Amino acid sequence: MSEENNLLLEVDNLHTSFFTDAGEVKAVNGVTFNLEKGKTLGIVGESGSGKSVTAYSIMQILAETGRVVEGEIRYKGEDITKWDEKKLSKYRGEKVSIIFQDPMTSLNPVFTIGYQLKEAILLHTNKNKDEAWKRAVEMLTLVGVNEPESRMKQYPFELSGGMRQRVMIAMALCCEPDILIADEPTTALDVTIQAQILELMQDLQKKLGMAIIMVTHDLGVIASMCDEIIVMYGGRVCERGTADDIFYHPAHEYTKGLLRSIPTTENMNERLVPIGGTPINLLNMPKGCAFCPRCENAMKICLEEVPEEYQVGEHHRASCWMNVMDLYESEEAKA
Amino acid sequence: MSENEKKPLLKVEHLKQYFPVSQGFHKIPLKAVDDISFEIMPGETLGLVGESGCGKTTVGRTILRLYEPTAGRIAFEDQVLFDSGELYDEEGNQILDEKGRPKKGRRVEVNMLPYRKKMQMVFQDPYSSLDPRMTVEEIVGEPLDTHHLYKNKKERREKVLSLLETVGLNAEHAMRYAHEFSGGQRQRIGIARALAVNPSFIVCDEAVSALDVSIQAQVLNMFEDLQDKLGIAYLFIAHDLLVVQHISDRIAVMYLGHMMEIADADELMNHPIHPYTLSLLSAIPIPDPETARHSHRIILEGDVPSPLHMPTGCPFRTRCKYATEKCAMERPPLTDRGNGHKCACWNR
Ligand SMILES: Nc1ncnc2c1ncn2[C@@H]1O[C@H](COP(=O)(O)OP(=O)(O)O)[C@@H](O)[C@H]1O
Ligand SMILES: Nc1ncnc2c1ncn2[C@@H]1O[C@H](COP(=O)(O)OP(=O)(O)O)[C@@H](O)[C@H]1O
Ligand code: SF4
Ligand code: SF4
Ligand SMILES: [Mg+2]
Ligand SMILES: [Mg+2]
Repeated sequence: MSEENNLLLEVDNLHTSFFTDAGEVKAVNGVTFNLEKGKTLGIVGESGSGKSVTAYSIMQILAETGRVVEGEIRYKGEDITKWDEKKLSKYRGEKVSIIFQDPMTSLNPVFTIGYQLKEAILLHTNKNKDEAWKRAVEMLTLVGVNEPESRMKQYPFELSGGMRQRVMIAMALCCEPDILIADEPTTALDVTIQAQILELMQDLQKKLGMAIIMVTHDLGVIASMCDEIIVMYGGRVCERGTADDIFYHPAHEYTKGLLRSIPTTENMNERLVPIGGTPINLLNMPKGCAFCPRCENAMKICLEEVPEEYQVGEHHRASCWMNVMDLYESEEAKA
Repeated sequence: MSENEKKPLLKVEHLKQYFPVSQGFHKIPLKAVDDISFEIMPGETLGLVGESGCGKTTVGRTILRLYEPTAGRIAFEDQVLFDSGELYDEEGNQILDEKGRPKKGRRVEVNMLPYRKKMQMVFQDPYSSLDPRMTVEEIVGEPLDTHHLYKNKKERREKVLSLLETVGLNAEHAMRYAHEFSGGQRQRIGIARALAVNPSFIVCDEAVSALDVSIQAQVLNMFEDLQDKLGIAYLFIAHDLLVVQHISDRIAVMYLGHMMEIADADELMNHPIHPYTLSLLSAIPIPDPETARHSHRIILEGDVPSPLHMPTGCPFRTRCKYATEKCAMERPPLTDRGNGHKCACWNR
């Protein structure tokens, strides 16, 4: 019962494609997950795996050539892919907000910080100009911008990278959305500033209670922020589960390879084990498992058929034929 | 022989690189690198870390003399490549004349062309550092042309193919254009090009930073293999500290153009002394949920000051929680704390 009420977002078999001169680019190919109130979900995968396109599909801010071709995105039970622009523009900002790697994607260089914050608040609330101004100052204070009153009069270029990131977060949260999507929010920042921003996001989540979708290629950021994790490869979900499932009991060959290939404090004096081969080309997808051309343990079935998703733990699911083998073998052992 | 092995390949002393920048009608010096000294042994990897803008790239480019140093001394294989002539005593203090002006020795500036063969650089962006209109064979062969490293066309081709093989590419790749390759492959092409002249030293400036982790591991292993096989020394610049620890023998930490700490890689990561290094290390997101749940970030307040408004005394003092009055008065020297672990701090 309570689980039902906590459910904010259901992404159900999402397929998103771009229709280009070179053909249909199937950027997202059957992504499924749920997001509950106040939780942090991580989406991780190498560049081009479809993380951003998944995020943009949820925001409905895809490029003109892109379209959700199959599946549903349900916000509190309603499929937003069926909504008109009017309904969507209320949903964006008030219900779900997004921040990007580059703050200048959200900030306009020719207007002051204060003007932009105020406009965003006026657009989404019934506040009058003075109230909106007050709210903007409040938000800047909340995200740790010092001397907020004078910052309001400054232009984005007058701020440091970390400060601009804070302003973008203030902008995204000024209408207290239920969900904040963060698309590589700290990728361009130094580790010290990254730590500030991650700390800020966790802090704001405690205060405001929003759910976060953290999109990143950085396994360190994922491990330190997320309750649940989705691992993507070639537009598909390889594996999903809790942070402990993914890091301590990976059940997809790609996840295993990914974890072996990163330098950690443990493997410092060992040789890294890279994943062989080259990144995937979406215009030339293998027939079976997307990871097959780079998988050391590929079997015959992997070439032929896309692996189905299997439950491998309480909250842990993986799409790799290896698990079926394991299940099959353990069944056989029992018999 | 063993005498010889103990000699550094590269010795940098009191290196300064100031860039004149306009401020209003005036030109003022931006002190990108301010009095830095270090050594690199043959076949060794020195990692160089620090926040963006702290001067890492400038150090790399200045020791290759892609920039003319403002002051200091650079020696490579016993040959002084550059010496601005300032004199220093044993303790590293500048020697002044009776009138308090820096005493000057002889200025040295050698022709770099022969050394370009021995000292190479690999860049971060495999996309922009390779000419998209050139084939891989042309790109890798170009330095062979510059330094006349073959007798005939056949030998040139053979050399190119063997270089491609060294970095895990093949003959089929030679005829293709750089833009047809993925990021990891382009980085290999850039490395093959750097290897063409048979260098003994390579500056790797964020050379794996733009690559996905699975590909990054391939390239890191390749750097290590090349070092084992060819005895190349690296100055390895990167902002990912775990990557730097993995590949480096020693690590140097820079802040605002100054060297804060330098030590063996594991020693620096496990027993850091400098307050800046401490907070830098605590900020690394560790890819392990259990560690993450129990670790505590030492959050550094604020941003790095502009190098145009360098704090007096210790450059780190505006963000340092150990700062005392002395830190504002005098710049702490880099002192040896045992086993070659050096740190520049008054209070730790
Ligand atoms: N506007 C577009 N037109 C065509 N293809 C696109 C477009 N946007 C993204 N793609 C493709 O979709 C795939 C997934 O991209 P993306 O979601 O951005 O990956 P990432 O995981 O790095 O965020 C990539 O192969 C990319 O080339
Ligand atoms: N050619 C240049 N002219 C003027 N300033 C420069 C130049 N190159 C670098 N700088 C400045 O010098 C400082 C150090 O830069 P850089 O060496 O690129 O740092 P890092 O590589 O550590 O990020 C920065 O403040 C940068 O703006
Ligand atoms: S399904 Fe087969 S090819 Fe794909 S990851 Fe699993 S074992 Fe490898
Ligand atoms: S010298 Fe002073 S300000 Fe600088 S790092 Fe040490 S304690 Fe901090
Ligand atoms: Mg992306
Ligand atoms: Mg740099």
